[in-house]
Amino acid sequence: MNRVIAFIPLIAFAAMAVYFWMGLRQDPSEIPSQLIDEAVPAFDLPAIEGFDQGLSHEDIQGEVVLLNFFGSWCPPCLIEHPMLMQIARSGEVPIYAIDWKDEPGAGAAWLERHGNPFVRIGDDQSGRTAIDFGVTGAPETFLIDRNGRVRYRHVGVITEEVWEDTLRPMVEALQRS
Amino acid sequence: MKKLLLALSTLAVAAMAPGPDEIMEDPALEQRAMALYDQLRCVVCQSQSIGSSDAPLAVDMRSVVRERLLAGSSDGEVLGYMQERYGDYVLMRPPLQANTLLLWGMPLIFVLAGGLLAFRYIRSQAVEDEILSDADLKKAEALMKEDGLE
Repeated sequence: MNRVIAFIPLIAFAAMAVYFWMGLRQDPSEIPSQLIDEAVPAFDLPAIEGFDQGLSHEDIQGEVVLLNFFGSWCPPCLIEHPMLMQIARSGEVPIYAIDWKDEPGAGAAWLERHGNPFVRIGDDQSGRTAIDFGVTGAPETFLIDRNGRVRYRHVGVITEEVWEDTLRPMVEALQRS
Repeated sequence: MKKLLLALSTLAVAAMAPGPDEIMEDPALEQRAMALYDQLRCVVCQSQSIGSSDAPLAVDMRSVVRERLLAGSSDGEVLGYMQERYGDYVLMRPPLQANTLLLWGMPLIFVLAGGLLAFRYIRSQAVEDEILSDADLKKAEALMKEDGLE
């Protein structure tokens, strides 16, 4: 009996080590989205300066789309930008965007300089729409199906790998279904 | 001394993140807002509450809290509003529910397990202290007699 007790600390340590090791492999900045398989929160945002059309949740119904949160103040968004341009050029999936907490005119100037991959852009100066989406940082991208349901959220830069290995297969599957 | 403490405490308040323009007119609401700030996690800084963070998102979340309070929401409703959007993670204090049962139950489990071990140990000690059997006692007496110790 005492021998068994002697092994309890070792077993407890091993169990904790496995859990902690698993924890180390998770990215703590990736808080699971509450919106997966839920309808897109309602929003109706004005256009950014120099653009005619704003963006509301009704504009993205009926087709599979990507919805990207960006800001001219956000360095990783600039890193992501060429990839978004490439996806837009390929015509595989329309990309809509929400300009998150940008100074008036800053988002438009940024798109002028780097190119505009977006079909329509909404101006979220107050940041409320971002909070309704549970956004934790820019860039963040939501994959939305035809019925206006969020199917996937990507936190951070969409790299070539993310697009090829994750987003593109999901987009294609949703477009086929 | 009292004055010094007062000065220090105002200094501490001034050093906290919510800006002077964020103070609510109704002191009761302000007090509830401050309490709520401390219960909500800043989702970009993670180990800070929105009450102690200067991150733009924390500033926005604080203003959402104030808006909800002004709209007449209860404290629980405000927390629920954030939880709906950011999940359980946004709450600094994990809620007691099925997937956190182990987390909350762990202290009790440890106390019970420790108590059980302690109880068994104490009991085993007591058994060893128990009086010698009659045969052993006689033996011991005989030995002591032999050595002239009696």
